[in-house]
Amino acid sequence: MDSKSFLEKAGVFFTPSCPVLYWRLQRLTAVALTPLTLWLLVFLNKAIHAPYAEMVNWLAHPFNSLCATLWTAGVFYHTALGVQVVIEDYVSNIPLRHKAILWTNLAFLLLSIIALLSIFRIFLLG
Amino acid sequence: MTIHKRPLSPHLQIYRLPITGIISISHRISGVFLSAGLLFFVYMLLAIATGEQNFLAMQSLMSLWIIKLLSLGLIFSLFLHLTHGIRHLIWDIGKTLDKATLDKYALFELLTAVALSLLTFLFV
Repeated sequence: MDSKSFLEKAGVFFTPSCPVLYWRLQRLTAVALTPLTLWLLVFLNKAIHAPYAEMVNWLAHPFNSLCATLWTAGVFYHTALGVQVVIEDYVSNIPLRHKAILWTNLAFLLLSIIALLSIFRIFLLG
Repeated sequence: MTIHKRPLSPHLQIYRLPITGIISISHRISGVFLSAGLLFFVYMLLAIATGEQNFLAMQSLMSLWIIKLLSLGLIFSLFLHLTHGIRHLIWDIGKTLDKATLDKYALFELLTAVALSLLTFLFV
């Protein structure tokens, strides 16, 4: 596989094919993330204060694994879409703009994969 | 690339923004800040997934005052982004767009974000 074309494909992973889809995905992820904020706060509280065994048991519970997966998928999609608009608004040099969007998208993609694999591993640990 | 010396229209640093404008740009700034804050989230999950040693190291890093200060900023950003995000969703269904109540709602959002942050700091 040609590595450049692979990177370019990965870099547009989050980029919707049309503006209407973009608008819908931004709202859909926002609606999904709103109630999950409560779950996030409980997670953060545990991650900072709880002993290891308690943390693992809590996160390995199917409900929490599901919330973690949904939050991760939703938040990275929402973030990639948002940061893309910010870059489009402030980077006026077009080739530089495309590079910046490509690399930030790749970074978010990589981070989301690390997060999802971690959630899966914790699920197996529990 | 040639740099064009064109005059700029007055922008963020020139105008004194109304409260609606402050909320609007705060939404964007908090969004960018939260994007960077995702690194903490991923680091936490990775630390839990890779064993107790890494988890304890993560917890002691999180207890540093500079990291705590950053987390305070991130929590406030989260609530600011959340309240204005909900406001956007309400706008999207065509409600509360009248000019007379804009300032009132903007202030309500801001106060809600502050209150939720204080509640979180109190209980976490």
